[in-house]
Amino acid sequence: MKRYTIDPITRLEGHGKIEIFCTDDGDVENVYFQVPELRGFEKFCEGRPVEEVSQIVTKICGVCPGCHHMASGKAIDAVFGVRPTATAAKLRELFYMAHFVHSHTAHFYALAAPDFVVGPTAPKGERNILGVIGKVGVEIGTEVIKQRRFAQEIQALLAGHQTHCVMNTPGGVKRGLSEEERRDVEEKARGFVEFGKFSLKIFDDVVLKNKTYVDIILNGPYSLTLHSMGLVDDDNKVNFYDGKVRVVDTSGKEHCKYAPEEYRDFVAERVEPWSYLKFPYLKKIGWKGFVDGQDSGVYHATPLSRLNAADGMATPHAQEAYEKMYETLGGKPVHATLAMHWARLIELLYSAERCLELAKDPEITGTDLRAKLDKTPSEGVGIVEAQRGTLTHHYWTDKNGIVEKANIVVGTTNNNAAICMSLKKAAQGIIKKGVEVDDGILNMIEMAFRAYDPCFSCATHSLPGQMPMAVNFRDPNGHLLRTIRRDG
Amino acid sequence: MSSASKEKLKMAVYWGAACGGCCVSVLDVHEKLFDVVAAADLVFWPIALDTKYADVEAMADKSIDITLYNGAVRNSENEHLAHLLRQKSKVLVAYGACAQLGGIPGLANFTTKEDLFRRVYEETESTVNPDKVRPQPEVKVDEGTLEIPVFYNDVRALDQVVDVDYYIPGCPPQSERLLEVFGLIVSGAELPPRGSVIGAQAKPLCDECERKKTDEKLVKRFYRPWEIQDDGETCFIEQGILCMGPATRAGCGHRCLNANSPCRGCYGPTPDMPDPGAKMMSAIATSIDANDPADIEKIIENIADVAGTFYRFSLPKSIIRRKLT
Repeated sequence: MKRYTIDPITRLEGHGKIEIFCTDDGDVENVYFQVPELRGFEKFCEGRPVEEVSQIVTKICGVCPGCHHMASGKAIDAVFGVRPTATAAKLRELFYMAHFVHSHTAHFYALAAPDFVVGPTAPKGERNILGVIGKVGVEIGTEVIKQRRFAQEIQALLAGHQTHCVMNTPGGVKRGLSEEERRDVEEKARGFVEFGKFSLKIFDDVVLKNKTYVDIILNGPYSLTLHSMGLVDDDNKVNFYDGKVRVVDTSGKEHCKYAPEEYRDFVAERVEPWSYLKFPYLKKIGWKGFVDGQDSGVYHATPLSRLNAADGMATPHAQEAYEKMYETLGGKPVHATLAMHWARLIELLYSAERCLELAKDPEITGTDLRAKLDKTPSEGVGIVEAQRGTLTHHYWTDKNGIVEKANIVVGTTNNNAAICMSLKKAAQGIIKKGVEVDDGILNMIEMAFRAYDPCFSCATHSLPGQMPMAVNFRDPNGHLLRTIRRDG
Repeated sequence: MSSASKEKLKMAVYWGAACGGCCVSVLDVHEKLFDVVAAADLVFWPIALDTKYADVEAMADKSIDITLYNGAVRNSENEHLAHLLRQKSKVLVAYGACAQLGGIPGLANFTTKEDLFRRVYEETESTVNPDKVRPQPEVKVDEGTLEIPVFYNDVRALDQVVDVDYYIPGCPPQSERLLEVFGLIVSGAELPPRGSVIGAQAKPLCDECERKKTDEKLVKRFYRPWEIQDDGETCFIEQGILCMGPATRAGCGHRCLNANSPCRGCYGPTPDMPDPGAKMMSAIATSIDANDPADIEKIIENIADVAGTFYRFSLPKSIIRRKLT
């Protein structure tokens, strides 16, 4: 049996590793995606004052710290049995929309765009953000960096630090927004809306007008028939900050819709001995193995699944883009993994529009920042949509608000089984008898997980976007035959 | 991110047990990233480049001018890379709180590997694991043997594993400080003595704090931040809210304070007192409105989670180091 080891790719809040096992004929028999790291926040949050936890859990991920801060902040509100004031809730959501603008911008331009703007089989040295800038011009490249900087500046303004934010306090926020600051945020948000539209136009021009790319999206080895999860508001529109979690099955029919505190009735996690990362699945269906389809418990929680799980977008331009995507791809739900990139840009536009709505909201400069706490702390669950999937924090405290237990189901973790299966399908579709495995092949396999924007692609979130990757060719005894690698 | 110029600095950035925030701090130099790339060839940066471990192994010893290692040492892979990069680098920098002090992952030293695994893989309320399966360094599957790194009982800071030349503190380090240090290195100026903390100041954060301070003994009891309303302008400690400012180096730009949030010490201890717990005890004692040691002790006792707060970012390097098993 031939075995290809891809190690290291880069991390999921650490490292990632892929093992590809092939038959002697060269066909792919099985693929394992392994996460070799664990830090165990669930355990060492115990004993901490619960209000400190929202600042500890940001350190789970330096790329999406704001998501953990928000999910944690909401769980802590629930622990105290309090709802944040109207102004506090809006300030949190405003921060959160800027967080989405930063993350989705970084992902699309630094990570996804090289595959499409530069090309999936372009020379590896060009397949990065600098290559993208080379193609689209320095002016656009500088604009992208500037818009992301503005998003970081809004987060730093509201939350102290743009990365490890310290915004939330039980029942509210620690800092308000002055009218002068609000005007600045509004101006930046107007720019985000134009930037969101512009990004969709780039996608339209570069990807959708290219028949080869459309064919790869629709017919390439990148499609999985999965259930779709996403947070929705009262009208079943996509919401990142608040609402209920809705899951639609592979045909688009509602499987369940649950409030945060009910998550354990609908989601369960499985442990495999070969990875430090657990594998969530839909509890009512059960774990049926690494298989897709209607009978499988495997789901995904991605921009595409959020759009699949919702009835639409809550802002006008994003709604327009939403309708166009489903019209182009043949209706809902869409199961083409690479359409996650398109969905992500629709979400970028939604975040921008929502950011502007909030910046113009008269309550945003209110001074009632913290609700009164009058209940004994006990237990609480908080859920938000992280960029990389539905994020659940659950804490139990003693009567003094000291954490006794914590449970966290992280965004990317939702997609662990789906990513394993996507990699296997891509590898099976690409590595076959007689196929010379080269750098282009590696990149085509990489594209299968890159679409998920998992945290182990924090990497390509940044600059310039390419994963370190090497494939070792071994004989059946495990001896190294040759190595193919991509250099920087 | 390499170019033809041989005079350029060769630089590596690596992460051990980290969150990625240190790498984002490099990205957050924003438009100045173009200047960085113009002055240095990044030869290894897993977050962004294709260079893999085998490529690093193939490099000549001391061929990398400077390596920024962020993240703590939590497993065998982190440790292996720490040794490898020490061997290949002229200058090895512990970049960020985790590499310098153990950081937030270091809080795991309050528990043990066994307790942590049991919680995560067996007891967590959403986990269904009747067979008590746990990740194993080596697992036989139908197709062969799969390996993952060995998870250690202790989290360690980088200099508890290899010799470290410099420390750049912060969680994450401020991008402005990184640019200052980078500019200094590129200019060829003489660097401070080995073992120095760079990219931060020697004075405590209090010296930069814009809040009003009377230096009088005002504290009758300590509060959790949500128990009282911060007035937004008076020293946190004088309001009875624990703040790590007295025991923490300045250099962070007091961003948490700007957001009305007390310091938690990510920039690490000041040079005069390497143990933040000891420094905090003396700082607090001078603020307490009591003279009788028993009264002072009583007031200190009502601080929630003293060890987890004083050593929030520094447990593996502290005098406590870990919970005894």
